[in-house]
Amino acid sequence: MKTLHTALTALALPIVLFCAWWAFSVANPSFYFPSLPKILGQFPETWGLDMWVSDVFPSLLRLFASYALALALGVGLGMVLGLSRRIRLTFEPVLEFLRAVPPTALVPVVMLFFGIGDVMKVVVIVLGCFWPILLNTIEGVRSVDEVLSDTAATYKVRSRSRLVHLTLRSATPQIFTGLRQALSIGIIMMVISEMFAASNGIGFAIVQFQHQFSIPEMWSGVILLGIIGYLLSQGFGWVERRSLAWYYGLKASGENGR
Amino acid sequence: MEGNQLERGKETLLAVEHLQKSYVTKSGTTDVIHDLDFSLVPGEFVCIVGPSGAGKTTLLRSIAGLLPPTSGTLQFEGREITSPPDDMAVVFQEYGRSLFPWMTVRKNIEFPLIEKGLPKDERTRLVDEALAAVGLANSAKMYPWQLSGGMQQRVAIARAVAYEPTLLLMDEPFAAVDAQTRADLEDLVRELWHRLGVTVLFVTHDIEESIYLAQRVLVLSDRPTEILADLHIDLPEPRDQLSTRMLPEFGNYRAQVYDLVQQAKRGLRRSGV
Repeated sequence: MKTLHTALTALALPIVLFCAWWAFSVANPSFYFPSLPKILGQFPETWGLDMWVSDVFPSLLRLFASYALALALGVGLGMVLGLSRRIRLTFEPVLEFLRAVPPTALVPVVMLFFGIGDVMKVVVIVLGCFWPILLNTIEGVRSVDEVLSDTAATYKVRSRSRLVHLTLRSATPQIFTGLRQALSIGIIMMVISEMFAASNGIGFAIVQFQHQFSIPEMWSGVILLGIIGYLLSQGFGWVERRSLAWYYGLKASGENGR
Repeated sequence: MEGNQLERGKETLLAVEHLQKSYVTKSGTTDVIHDLDFSLVPGEFVCIVGPSGAGKTTLLRSIAGLLPPTSGTLQFEGREITSPPDDMAVVFQEYGRSLFPWMTVRKNIEFPLIEKGLPKDERTRLVDEALAAVGLANSAKMYPWQLSGGMQQRVAIARAVAYEPTLLLMDEPFAAVDAQTRADLEDLVRELWHRLGVTVLFVTHDIEESIYLAQRVLVLSDRPTEILADLHIDLPEPRDQLSTRMLPEFGNYRAQVYDLVQQAKRGLRRSGV
């Protein structure tokens, strides 16, 4: 009963908005803003299996590969920079500058070096995802609790275990914050990389539909991106809750005054 | 001279000689520990009391090998302490921050044993024994933050016990738990000390606690710290929260240490006021 109530509360606004969009678009037909039933009617036809194979999967594949690469690079370098004050001080000004450059501005530059293939798109997405992961990892690594660190030292925890079981674990809540930001940036970069120069991908398909004045199809692509973004974020939340169960438990026990 | 050193190495577990620790700050050098000398023999239970800010934690961290002394020497089992030694375990005051929150109770106790390179079955035995010894056999699968403060400190004690140290350092371990839990934990530590024959060096600011627990109480002066008094506590065994604390001798010791701590606060030093 309670779950039903929660579900209804959560769904109420989406349902209202959906109905409002439906009613408004049906009442005000326009070429560029087709009615919602028309868009939805076009959806299954537009995004059939062949489109999934030719556009949706390549997009997602590039996104996942880039995300994994950014994760490895960001956490790896973040650990090094977080642990060494000297390296951090050396790199900080350069990093501050580089992260201030909007990654979208780098797309034309990246194209010069990597052409317009998959490599270019992966590089573009990695450039977007890398920064939040890197900066949050540095923060997380630096915030290791002193008492816990002393405890590990007195029990003679070897440096490799220390890195894995103390430094990395302490940093995970902060790393997840970075990963969450990186996920939304990644989706944005995925679409942008496909709009510049591409032969496939969801972003490419949307631009194609627009050029062909296939407006309902174009809108259906936008909706598809929304759905994908939503599902990825939900999946991320699920992984985060499982990985950080200890962190939320610890926080909750702290709030109850132990 | 060398023979003498060796002799002393045998009967002395921990030797602190002319320990001095100062910090360099913007306003100059601050002496925290002036000149400390004391030693522990194997199997002793020694408490260190002193006014707050007397550098008790600095002393303990130096012994634990976490803080290098400015001058003087620290020897444990005949070897100079330059990094955290083997055979030494530390129980910190901040139990909530000394247990790994992402590990279960069992894993917390087992982790140092894995690092020690012990085989699986021996680890399991040691963890089970330690858990039973502190009365937490049923909480092995819990996470530390699911337990009360007193229980968390029990886990930290179990972890130290399972490590099988020759010297157990405790830094105001019960300062953050309620009075009832505190009494229980005091008795637990005494019982473990009796049973395991481990040497205990226990830092506290609680005078009664130091007398109840220890065979010897070291009273520290105010900063820069030196030892004001080294008292032998001659109270009958086994000790008991009620009857021991009601003994007239207990009251005498209490008065004596209390007086010393009061004088320490007013700046009494061994070298004369």
